[in-house]
Amino acid sequence: MSFYEVCQRYGKFDFDSFFKQVTDADIKRIIAKSRLSETDYLALLSPGAEKHLEEMAQKAHRLTVQNFGRVIFLFTPMYLANYCVNQCVYCGFNIHNKLERKKLTLAEVKREAKIIADTGLKHILILTGESRRESPVSYLRECVEVLIKYFTSISIEVYPLEEKEYNELISVGVDGFTMFQEVYNEEAYAQFHPGGPKRNYRFRLEAPERACRAGMRTVNVGALLGLHQWRTEAFLTGLHAHYLQNTFPDVEISVSPPRMRPQLGGFPPKVEVSNKNLVQYILAFRLFMPRGGVTISTREPSELRDRLVRLGATKMSAGSSTAVGGHSAGCTQTGQFEISDTRSVMEMANMLYVQDYQPVYKDWQTL
Amino acid sequence: MRITLNGREEILKDGTTLTELVSLKQLNIGEVIVVYNHQLAKKESWPNIVLKENDGLEFLRFVGGG
Amino acid sequence: MRDVLMIGGKEVTSRLFLGTGKFSSHRLIPEVIRACGSQVVTVALRRIDPEYEEENIVSYVPGECILMPNTSGARNAEEAVRIARVARAAGCGNWVKIEVIADNRYLLPDNYETVRATEILAAEGFVVLPYMSPDLITAKKLVEAGAAAVMPLGSPIGSNRGLRTRELIRILIEEIPLPIIVDAGIGRPSEAAEAMEMGAAAVLVNTAIATAGDPVAMGRAFGLAVEAGRLAYLAGPGKTHEYARASSPLTGFLRD
Repeated sequence: MSFYEVCQRYGKFDFDSFFKQVTDADIKRIIAKSRLSETDYLALLSPGAEKHLEEMAQKAHRLTVQNFGRVIFLFTPMYLANYCVNQCVYCGFNIHNKLERKKLTLAEVKREAKIIADTGLKHILILTGESRRESPVSYLRECVEVLIKYFTSISIEVYPLEEKEYNELISVGVDGFTMFQEVYNEEAYAQFHPGGPKRNYRFRLEAPERACRAGMRTVNVGALLGLHQWRTEAFLTGLHAHYLQNTFPDVEISVSPPRMRPQLGGFPPKVEVSNKNLVQYILAFRLFMPRGGVTISTREPSELRDRLVRLGATKMSAGSSTAVGGHSAGCTQTGQFEISDTRSVMEMANMLYVQDYQPVYKDWQTL
Repeated sequence: MRITLNGREEILKDGTTLTELVSLKQLNIGEVIVVYNHQLAKKESWPNIVLKENDGLEFLRFVGGG
Repeated sequence: MRDVLMIGGKEVTSRLFLGTGKFSSHRLIPEVIRACGSQVVTVALRRIDPEYEEENIVSYVPGECILMPNTSGARNAEEAVRIARVARAAGCGNWVKIEVIADNRYLLPDNYETVRATEILAAEGFVVLPYMSPDLITAKKLVEAGAAAVMPLGSPIGSNRGLRTRELIRILIEEIPLPIIVDAGIGRPSEAAEAMEMGAAAVLVNTAIATAGDPVAMGRAFGLAVEAGRLAYLAGPGKTHEYARASSPLTGFLRD
């Protein structure tokens, strides 16, 4: 059964009346449980659970330390190209937006790689917009062949591929995969993605399954918070992670809870997602999936990121730029969105040491 | 003729039917399960099964078990 | 809410499955079944030994019970499959407990052969309940193979040593989307209750009842224990305060 079918089960589910029935006693009982069901997770995402955030936080912190130790994995994104044929109404790379379109040459990839590698990071995430013409799989492959000399782990965040294309990229050294479904609610998805290949909801939704089957070592999923009701989107993201972990027990599964940021095009969030909401989501997810990774990007302000270290986060990006070539160009380019936490890798590491945490630059190396 | 019954060789008169063999062994027809040459033989077919050289038979029954 | 155990499309009323081996007399069996309320009853298929006159066990099992022949005696998948087919053809219904044992010292099951037999028999329309050593990966393979339930052992067959594999069974209960039925090793009603409190869907008991001083009374005790354990599981754990109020709150920075 694919995750699409799992999602369908909740197509007609009345979330609002479920939330109304959740009692304080329910939340207390769920927090005490050692293993949560899908509906337990949903209850922890309810408005009623907001009164219990501190209890949830204590348990989430303990579970995170128990399963991951006092460490945060650091990585940085490298944007390879911003050509895009999609019309995502909220994205700076939207085909209708006027910005300088660019694709790194292999020499430029090498230059960026050197600069990033000098910070000590060994894990990198490469990104492109969706353009099979400008950024085909063969181009990704060539970039990976350059990057593999500098990094021990290369993750991709690109348009959805076929399983054999994932196989091809894995064969040259890719071991991680990130794909944001953006919106899990199928109707809302259609509204936000009026044109381009990204309109195909199901092909995107099932990309993580294809990546797992192809043999990715780490797989990260997420919804872009601010587009649709965050509680149900958080719920479906958690279910997605849970489904992947159950179906592919040998893959490390993580979620990202990215909130919308200002970007070119100026699309305002449809839904307000407060710090408190974000924390509730992360805590509920940690209780639901004690071994699931939680990735926090530089979209979030430094003060909040510092707090999230002890609230369930396991991975953070650092020293980021969302512009193509942004690590070397000194960044006059327009990025995909504005980052908030602009600290360098070393500054992030210092913040972690102060909290008695260790930064991890290199988690593994494939031999 | 020689047949094998429950792993042991036995000599039988030529022309013996399965029904005759079951009564020869003084077994309760109601509860014996017969596997004849690796196939379950239904009770209705027993009178028509004329045993022949080298046939293999298993006489089974349900017993207590956990 | 009604608490129903569904196996192979059938509603099972009692969560205590009874094995019929080792009773001093078959005549005890209907009495024990009445006392403990079991609805699923296992039997075995054996060669007739003309030296040892034994009565037909099936006639002692009330007609409303589900007969579950086991494949005891099978040392590999092929033998188990053969026994299952004969039992079904002999009119024993389509339930089967797969038991493949090639270890005469501890009588521990061969998980690999068990998965193979499950796959073959499930494809032939049997309701397959495989007996296995509690192992998560094997259990997942049994799910894929089409098992109707998974029956991990609590300790070796007939040992009456209780839930020695507790932690592994707990993992199966958490991870496997099929009924988990603890089979083998349960020696006392308290152990049956413990398995049920953990969330086992049912337990299968034989030796502990059959060899008790008073099997009928012991059957009743097991029936009550299984029910009590199930009720406790459904009632949910009491409110425990696992965490002392933290001296430094983690969420104090959040303001509405």
